[in-house]
Amino acid sequence: MSQFEQAAAPDFQLPHLDVLESEAVHIFREVAGEFERPVILFSGGKDSIVMLHLALKAFAPAPPPFTLLHVDTGHNFPEVLRYRDRVAAQHNLRLHVASVQDFIDRGELKERADGTRNPLQTVPLLRAIEEGRYDAVFGGGRRDEEKARAKERIFSLRDEFGGWDPRRQRPELWQLYNGKHAVGEHVRVFPLSNFTELDVWQYIAREKIVLPDIYYAHRREVFLRNGMWLAPGDWGGAKDGERVETRTVRYRTVGDMSCTGAVDSDADTIEKVIAEIAATRLTERGATRADDKLSEAAMEDRKREGYF
Amino acid sequence: MTVNPPATATEPAALTEVSLLRFATAGSVDDGKSTLVGRLLHDSKSVLADQLEAVERASASRGQEAPDLALLTDGLRAEREQGITIDVAYRYFATPRRRFILADTPGHVQYTRNMVTGASTAELAVILVDARHGVVEQTRRHAAVAALLRVPHVVLAVNKMDLVGYAEDVFATIAAEFTKYAKALGVPAVTTIPISALEGDNVVTPSATMDWYAGPTVLEHLETVQIDHDPRGRVTRFPVQYVIRPQTPEYRDYRGYAGKIASGIFHVGQPVTVLPSGHTSTIAAIDVLGESVDAAWAPQSVTIRLADDIDISRGDMIAPTEQAPPATQDIQATVCHLHDTALTPGARVLLKHTTRTVKAIVKDIPDRLTLDDLSHHPAPGSLAANDIGRVVLRTSEPLPMDAYGDCRRTGSFLLIDPADGSTLAAGMAGAAFAGADRAKRAELDDAEWDF
Repeated sequence: MSQFEQAAAPDFQLPHLDVLESEAVHIFREVAGEFERPVILFSGGKDSIVMLHLALKAFAPAPPPFTLLHVDTGHNFPEVLRYRDRVAAQHNLRLHVASVQDFIDRGELKERADGTRNPLQTVPLLRAIEEGRYDAVFGGGRRDEEKARAKERIFSLRDEFGGWDPRRQRPELWQLYNGKHAVGEHVRVFPLSNFTELDVWQYIAREKIVLPDIYYAHRREVFLRNGMWLAPGDWGGAKDGERVETRTVRYRTVGDMSCTGAVDSDADTIEKVIAEIAATRLTERGATRADDKLSEAAMEDRKREGYF
Repeated sequence: MTVNPPATATEPAALTEVSLLRFATAGSVDDGKSTLVGRLLHDSKSVLADQLEAVERASASRGQEAPDLALLTDGLRAEREQGITIDVAYRYFATPRRRFILADTPGHVQYTRNMVTGASTAELAVILVDARHGVVEQTRRHAAVAALLRVPHVVLAVNKMDLVGYAEDVFATIAAEFTKYAKALGVPAVTTIPISALEGDNVVTPSATMDWYAGPTVLEHLETVQIDHDPRGRVTRFPVQYVIRPQTPEYRDYRGYAGKIASGIFHVGQPVTVLPSGHTSTIAAIDVLGESVDAAWAPQSVTIRLADDIDISRGDMIAPTEQAPPATQDIQATVCHLHDTALTPGARVLLKHTTRTVKAIVKDIPDRLTLDDLSHHPAPGSLAANDIGRVVLRTSEPLPMDAYGDCRRTGSFLLIDPADGSTLAAGMAGAAFAGADRAKRAELDDAEWDF
């Protein structure tokens, strides 16, 4: 029995991480019980790592009855891709990779003028869902991230175009999730809905979950663009007037290298990361994501088009 | 595999685990609900700089000098464009003492449906009234929804005290009237707090102007209210979600029943009955996500193994043999109708109860309830969206349905349209409100106000 359970035992009250964990496990098991072909969106980012950890716990000692799906923009951090492949192999899970680069090479997608590929993920994602005939797609979205996500259901119905129509979202009561959908439609499922960023980090600490090292402070070459520290890589690098320098940074979120900024940080241990997040004055998306700065309703617009 | 930096022996304060409170707010824009929610988030320092900047920009573009905290809970563009309101927005904030999940329900449109949804998972409901208007029809409706959904704690926040000169007698009259009404409905715990969300009085910090009030602020109450989690003496239920069968050499004969304990406490050695089959066995092992335990209780997700090899699948319910619920095909319940298409007698629907979905027929709708005055309207013919009424259902298979008043998880169900999968109605089995005994007791307790 952990120290937390002992402390809580007299009144049977469970600590918040146990409540959130139990709720997420319940969601995974509901999907396993009611859907034919569920898939977990797995990018190697911390939220998807926590999702996979929960899925493994939910079905132990059996493997989770899910495939992993990653939409690779071609601009992902190499460390994160290595982590992704290692974890899939370690747990003997099938990994389905949908490549944005392939779509660009075939002429089905066009590179954007600003070079960012995050908005280009939607088409490969929907194609992968169609080809894999996936009927439930787990995403690591959290309601504390953004105001369009604050109104997202745990079971979110998507039409045959992957679109999110607020009118068609079903009232979600108690813990009765309605996953009924027509042929061609699918349901996005968000097991971490009620986790906050701090909860995710506390859970990572409690469960001793290993993350890609880029989440912890390290020395890295970066340059400043639009107020964000970007790392040069295969995707591109500093342009005229942008100076590359070596700084001590870490990543709060991990997405496409072209639009995910590093934050100055000395937090090289999980305790320091948690202390940093508990004291931060910026939301994780506000601090590090150019894709959400496109407009006030950027996330909402992308969701309606079928984004995660 | 890379090894991340290890955790040191001493855990910092931010690692401390705390309790979680789920609560809902009810009240219209006019009552200042958005301002209250905005202030709770802002004054508890849960609003971060970039969010506040966005509010400041939006306020300035509307010509307002001070940031309008109500904008923190502003709607989506789709809602504005389509003239709709998404039923519930979830907000998260934390203090060193507790984590909070707030189900923020819009009060003006589709209010009943929204509040029912938000209240379904809430352990506490905050109902707002305008001190100038006191307890109005909408307040009674909100109290009735909280009572119907069996939300154990109700807080009445009497807002806009600044507009009634912070007068104690105004508050006392409203508090007394509301408490009497809520207790008569069977609400177990009622707390009343005089506030000004705009000025910040008694929301997070104690009021400097209402020295006659010695009770807690809204946030203090949320932080300290005791929620009863004791599983002993409650009905004990375990709906089976999934059967885990690894079928590996190591676990050749392993059959684990995975689920979330809906209510009560289970322990190893307990004689249990499986419903609806009626087969009996004893609990051989309980596993709480990797940890073998002697006992587990709601709301833990666990895997249970039984001593005997009996046929169990998703949708079955495991309960202690000594208090196994009877399974029935005839269900009387109160429903809140959610869908724009009316519910009529004769309708063929799907009924989702815990982990089992069965066919059902709406045999009768004996009456509709008006929440404003709790009057009954016999034989309404149908229930429209936001209507609450009694229904009689016949299911294709027997269900171990508890009375909602005994167990929120196993007394609740959804009605689903078999044609398009829409959620039609939310149902609660058994009596709508806690018994008349409570009403009688409430009259005796009349003087027991919470301030």
